[in-house]
Amino acid sequence: MTKARTLYEKIWDAHVVEKRDDGTCLVYIDRHLVHEVTSPQAFEGLRLAGRKVRRPDLTLAVPDHNVPTTARVDAQGQRIPIVNKESAQQLAALERNAPEFGIRYFGATDINQGIVHVVGPEQGFTLPGMTLVCGDSHTAAHGALGALAFGIGTSEVEHVLATQTLLLKPSKTLSIEVEGELGFGVTAKDVILAIIGRIGTAGGTGHVMEFRGSTFRAMSIESRLTVSNMAIEGGARSGLFAPDEKTFEYIKGRPMAPQGADWDRAVEYWRTLVTDEGAVFDKHVRLDAADIAPTVTWGTSPEDVVPITGAVPDPESFADPSKREAAAKSLAYMGLTAGQRMEDVPVEHIFIGSCTNSRIEDLRAAAAVLDGRKIADGIKQALVVPGSGLVKRQAEDEGLDRIFVEAGFEWREPGCSMCLGMNPDRVPSGERCASTSNRNFMGRQGPGARTHLVSPVMAAAAAIKGRFADVRDLMVNERA
Amino acid sequence: MEPVTTVEGRAYPFGMKNVDTDIIIPAEWLKTISRTGLGKGAFEALRKEPGNVFDDPRYAGAPIIVAGDNFGCGSSREHAAWALIDMGVKAVIAPSFSDIFSGNAFKNGILTVVLPQEAVDRLLEVAKTDTISIDLEHQTVTTPYQDRFTFEIDPFRKSCLLGGLDEIGLTMAQGDTIGAFEARDAQTRPWLVPAAA
Repeated sequence: MTKARTLYEKIWDAHVVEKRDDGTCLVYIDRHLVHEVTSPQAFEGLRLAGRKVRRPDLTLAVPDHNVPTTARVDAQGQRIPIVNKESAQQLAALERNAPEFGIRYFGATDINQGIVHVVGPEQGFTLPGMTLVCGDSHTAAHGALGALAFGIGTSEVEHVLATQTLLLKPSKTLSIEVEGELGFGVTAKDVILAIIGRIGTAGGTGHVMEFRGSTFRAMSIESRLTVSNMAIEGGARSGLFAPDEKTFEYIKGRPMAPQGADWDRAVEYWRTLVTDEGAVFDKHVRLDAADIAPTVTWGTSPEDVVPITGAVPDPESFADPSKREAAAKSLAYMGLTAGQRMEDVPVEHIFIGSCTNSRIEDLRAAAAVLDGRKIADGIKQALVVPGSGLVKRQAEDEGLDRIFVEAGFEWREPGCSMCLGMNPDRVPSGERCASTSNRNFMGRQGPGARTHLVSPVMAAAAAIKGRFADVRDLMVNERA
Repeated sequence: MEPVTTVEGRAYPFGMKNVDTDIIIPAEWLKTISRTGLGKGAFEALRKEPGNVFDDPRYAGAPIIVAGDNFGCGSSREHAAWALIDMGVKAVIAPSFSDIFSGNAFKNGILTVVLPQEAVDRLLEVAKTDTISIDLEHQTVTTPYQDRFTFEIDPFRKSCLLGGLDEIGLTMAQGDTIGAFEARDAQTRPWLVPAAA
């Protein structure tokens, strides 16, 4: 009898090209997503060494981090030049490198362009059982479809481009089990924030997370993408969901997905991608869905979470002295005081977008809360940034853009936008943002910016109230 | 890559936990298409605070950082490693590192030395007045006060660092093995190549 294996072990074993005596493995990479920020130095390295891309056919390039989200073409259909010279230069480098190395490329004005982690699944480029890498830590997102997906640095980008492999040691495995039905107004974002709050930002270091249990099984693929996306915020380079019928249904018919006889063979194989009965995980964490409330972060680490009904914690309440110090620093940076109720914290900026929460279901959920309502007077800017051109088009077909615009939001072009202070979308110093993104680090949304991570519906609620608010008070509970 | 054997000199007694890559190098600096010049942006936000260790003349040009748990968490940006190199840092000592950062550091010849918190606490004290010495061959960290801490390092990484090896060149030399894997795989997974859009 063969040894019972976890899902991670099955995918890993299928990709080992060669195992060395010290346990290091040469691992084959099936899919490589390339964006403009972490690739120029890698292409330059290839050029200097006279090397080619081994498998351009398994590689896809899309600009996302640095593209402005304002209009990209004028009324005459001409491309609008990018004002920032360095950004323009970096985007031009990808536009040049992709054809030079024979890589498929979705440019900034292509309907297929978007955030790499939205584009991969949407195009059927991301498939179960595959190894997928990208020079971006949120590559973990693709694990929602059962792909072993992880972020890499630029040297590794160059290594994959040149060899289609990476030198890796196997990770440990961490089972994250959530059971039960999520409460009214509670979303996938709240679940992953609750998990990170429990295990801490280093809790998954050295591990691959597998999301197990009835709560995850009941989730849509897009919700699973939100969860897996933030595995890295819990320290894990990858998250994994066992592919199921929902996964196959999601992938079927997408432009780059297998077709005909290949499809049937693929699905047959994908059905084997489950953790075997009796397989052993190195670590287990279990949460009950019923304990998870709509959640907000209060500090400068994604582990600093509190239910919306809660208050800013007192740094003195932490047992660990370094955590006490970090919390005090966080509160000073965030301009908050211990004991302040989260619902009393005013907000000036709203950002709905990022690879965590910019898919059609996210936009539908936020629009449902905003429908017929207006953003509060105190809101200086409210942005909604679809994750891709295709998401944008679908939202417009459904009339969601009108709901957002009538509520007072700006409807933008796809990209990473305000998730990171890189392109023109930023939060000014000292101002506060309710953001559906994934990191609330100091300066993440711009120098001095104060970020609170929330779900799309909670961002919508904050927009309406001008402060953090419990979205459950603004929604019709159809279950009640 | 230049071989790495020892790193010796003053060390920034930084000590902070969960230092994320946005702290090491803010996103504004990621627009570069080069690997150099990022030192100016390193720890930019912290350097605005008076009395920060990075602008303390005692530690100017120090090749070592002594930090807290989970150093380098967050994004995969290799710019974090490039920024450290550009400011003259050749080694970071901490109780733990994020996986992606430690890989990026290694690829750029930065030693990431994992030591228990007690050892790190001791080095944070010593760093205020004296030098610290890291010997990769013997896997030790020593101080002028006879402190001697040993650390673990992956043998493959160690040999690459000591030899200054080009990992891509090494893997490319195995092109035939990779080709054989691809040929086998094409039989078992005919759906590997994405359909043309």
